[in-house]
Amino acid sequence: MDLSMLWYLVPSVIMLACGVYGFITRKNLIAILISLELMLNSADLNFVVFNRFLFPGSMDGMVFTLFAVAIAAAETAIAIAIIINIYRSIGNTDITEINKMKF
Amino acid sequence: MGITLPILILAIPITMFLILGIGGVKMTRKQAGILGIIANGTLAVIAYTVAFTYFFSGDANFIIDGVRQQYQVFDVTWLAFTQDLVVNIGFLLDPISALMLVVITTISFMVHLYSWGYMEHEPGFQRYYAFLALFTFSMLGLVVATNIFQMYIFWELVGVSSYLLIGFFYKLPSAVSASKKAFIVTRFADLGFLIGILVLSYYSDTFNFMELTSNPEGVLSSFGGATFMGASALTWAMVLIFTGGMGKSAMMPLHIWLPDAMEGPTPVSALIHAATMVVAGVYLVARLFPLYCVVDASLTFVCVVGAITAFYAAVVACTQIDIKRVLAFSTISQIAFMMVSLGCAYDKPVEGVHYSGLGYMAGMFHLFTHAMFKALLFLGAGALIHAVHSNNYTEMGGLRKYMPITHVTFLIGCLAIAGIFPFAGFFSKDEMLAAMFQRHWFWGAWMAMVAGLTSFYMFRLYFMVFWWEENPKYKEHKPHDAPWQMSVPLIFLAIVSTVCGFVPFGEFVTWDGVPYHIHFEIPVVVTSLTVAVLAILLAMVMYRKKNGIPARLKNAMPGLWTAAHHRFYWDEMYMFVTHKIIFGIICKGIAWFDRHVIDATMDMFAKVTQKTSYAIKGMQSGEIQTYVYWYFAGAVLLGAITWLCLI
Amino acid sequence: MDSVGNIIVYFVVAIAIVFFSFKAVTTRKILRAATYLLFVLLGTAVFYFQLGYQFLGGVQIAVYAGGIMVLFVFAILLTHKPNEQSGVIDAHRKTLGLVVAAGGSIVLLFAIFFMPLIDGASLLDCLSASEPITMHDIGKAFTGSDRFQYLLPFEAISVLLLACIIGGVTVARKS
Repeated sequence: MDLSMLWYLVPSVIMLACGVYGFITRKNLIAILISLELMLNSADLNFVVFNRFLFPGSMDGMVFTLFAVAIAAAETAIAIAIIINIYRSIGNTDITEINKMKF
Repeated sequence: MGITLPILILAIPITMFLILGIGGVKMTRKQAGILGIIANGTLAVIAYTVAFTYFFSGDANFIIDGVRQQYQVFDVTWLAFTQDLVVNIGFLLDPISALMLVVITTISFMVHLYSWGYMEHEPGFQRYYAFLALFTFSMLGLVVATNIFQMYIFWELVGVSSYLLIGFFYKLPSAVSASKKAFIVTRFADLGFLIGILVLSYYSDTFNFMELTSNPEGVLSSFGGATFMGASALTWAMVLIFTGGMGKSAMMPLHIWLPDAMEGPTPVSALIHAATMVVAGVYLVARLFPLYCVVDASLTFVCVVGAITAFYAAVVACTQIDIKRVLAFSTISQIAFMMVSLGCAYDKPVEGVHYSGLGYMAGMFHLFTHAMFKALLFLGAGALIHAVHSNNYTEMGGLRKYMPITHVTFLIGCLAIAGIFPFAGFFSKDEMLAAMFQRHWFWGAWMAMVAGLTSFYMFRLYFMVFWWEENPKYKEHKPHDAPWQMSVPLIFLAIVSTVCGFVPFGEFVTWDGVPYHIHFEIPVVVTSLTVAVLAILLAMVMYRKKNGIPARLKNAMPGLWTAAHHRFYWDEMYMFVTHKIIFGIICKGIAWFDRHVIDATMDMFAKVTQKTSYAIKGMQSGEIQTYVYWYFAGAVLLGAITWLCLI
Repeated sequence: MDSVGNIIVYFVVAIAIVFFSFKAVTTRKILRAATYLLFVLLGTAVFYFQLGYQFLGGVQIAVYAGGIMVLFVFAILLTHKPNEQSGVIDAHRKTLGLVVAAGGSIVLLFAIFFMPLIDGASLLDCLSASEPITMHDIGKAFTGSDRFQYLLPFEAISVLLLACIIGGVTVARKS
């Protein structure tokens, strides 16, 4: 039994689907952020898998993933800062309550 | 002569307008006034220099073998719309434009000086001087126009300046409505002018005056016998162009704006509504005189309109109470006099007529003298109003003791307009009557009657103001002569009105440039003097001392008096036509169409857009999750389609 | 033929990833969701090791599982009471989410199973076909500006992180 590309791609797809589901259904901002991390993680995994199986001689996919991890860290830090700020002004982190600037 | 002086003639007033208009608010009254007067004085000196050079230098550009030439000092392309439609701006020197330069700058300078005293306490003094400068610029541009389109442009500019100056006291509702009336009526007339210009230039392929007037037969043949409604196209063009002149010169039935224009400051009335702008119509006819001559009908039209207007205005002037209105109607009448005179001229020798162009020469002569003495009368009226604070001569009477300078100068003005030897009006009026008798005895007799009426109403005014009986109010508020800024122009113009008749005018201005030596025809002189003296005596009998004759006369013909007092109901007729017929009937239908068809279509677009946006605005919920949902749904769909296509 | 150990590890990790992903988005306790996410991230790190990217796996654990998760936990502790449960998701929303997630995975699965891109190369073949990536290689890749070298993005990321620190402080502090 060989571990081919598909073996790694299938868990990635499921991870992405879970992320999408969570993003659409959850109401808590932090939960939404968690779903987002799932989706991002599945994309990272894909980069690495494609790099390994299709272009074993180079390391571009890996480098890309490294950058993506760094950017994800930045993004999460900012997002959490915003969430804390929101929490401070309206008292919770429910996305349906944040509607002051909508029409 | 170089082009420096002609350019300065146009540049000085427009620069003054800009300086006073933009920087005026920062200046004191004294600065603005002195600046305006000095600039205008300089302008007058330059204009005199140019006119003097034109008439006396003997330069080959200006005079060849004793015949005065038309000379374009410069003529540059200003607007080139297409290859054929090119509008030039230039400076044309010929006898009448040189004459007008002198007239305009003289009167303008006098009015600038006079206004310094008259307008001293009015708010917006600097603005007033700016407008005066704008008017002077426009009028000078009008008279030196090398082509009919330039003339039209400046023609509109003088309309604008007139509008601004009539409405100078913009806090008075009457001044505002008078300015609107003046603008709308003249603008309406200018529509005819514009159509006339277009017809004329469409056939003749040129705007240029020199090309048009040097070869009137060629212009006529270029029309190729085109006709419209039974009259030749050239006749229509000339009549339509004359319509513009009728508007500016207040000929019947477009005269209604001029009496109301007296709402403006009195010096403005003297400058614009007596001496310069209102003679633009006469100037226009004179400028295109050869063309009017080749189509006889149009010249006859000018003549008839002038004759009717002259008589009508003279009759109305006999019954007005407001002294400025009397002078306004007198102006209308005198301008109509010039029109008739032009209409009675010939452009080629005619059997039994010793000088065919006499009417033209006399009309221009009268334009010149009239400008002087009518400006004098208006400025005198301004001095009276300044002293009595009322326009009505029921408030005046017996003023000769209180205001000697005004009295003497006003009397000189009245004698001049009545045509008494040796005052200016005598010479010009005499020549005009001679020209009219030359054409047909009817015109002569008719206009002699108008001349009699003129003497009568002017001396009625004079006696009512300076004799009659003293107003008891004088004891509380003693009227006195005006300050020197106002007296100097009065005295100067009085002197000019006395002596300028002796100018050998025929040597300078004739229609073809060939000098003509003026001489008197004794029968005409006797007729005109007799009529004038009789009319003055009649006025003296009726109005010198307070008596019952005027009241009895008024009661004897109540209908006629009331009708004349109401100016034969012309304003009411206009009100009826515009309000009842145009606004009431025609405009209602148009308004209905506008509201229910045009606006409704636009409303429908707006409503459809609004409804649609209301229906779909829920999609822009701002909920990021919904967006992600739609985004993924779209992405999945796209992926599915791609996959299907690849199989 | 891969080693049995490798295959067993794969299965354990894959099942864990699937299971914890699912739990992370369905649990009603937010702290647990974060914990499940941590497990998913760790599982991904194991995959990276398995694929021969030791450095990447280390970064994944250090930055993601270490740094980011600590942030998450702090945020949760700051904004939630202990044992707080989020509300039940209404059926309409759930259906929407399920439809999109299911539709998306079906399309993607179809794609990865039937696209000509996929060949049957095994992990062992691929690993043996190339040199192992050393720290030296990675260091060179990040400090040069030639082809396949990434100095500029690396610097850009450092600036981004700086901006992010300042931004985070500005946004979150009490005004």
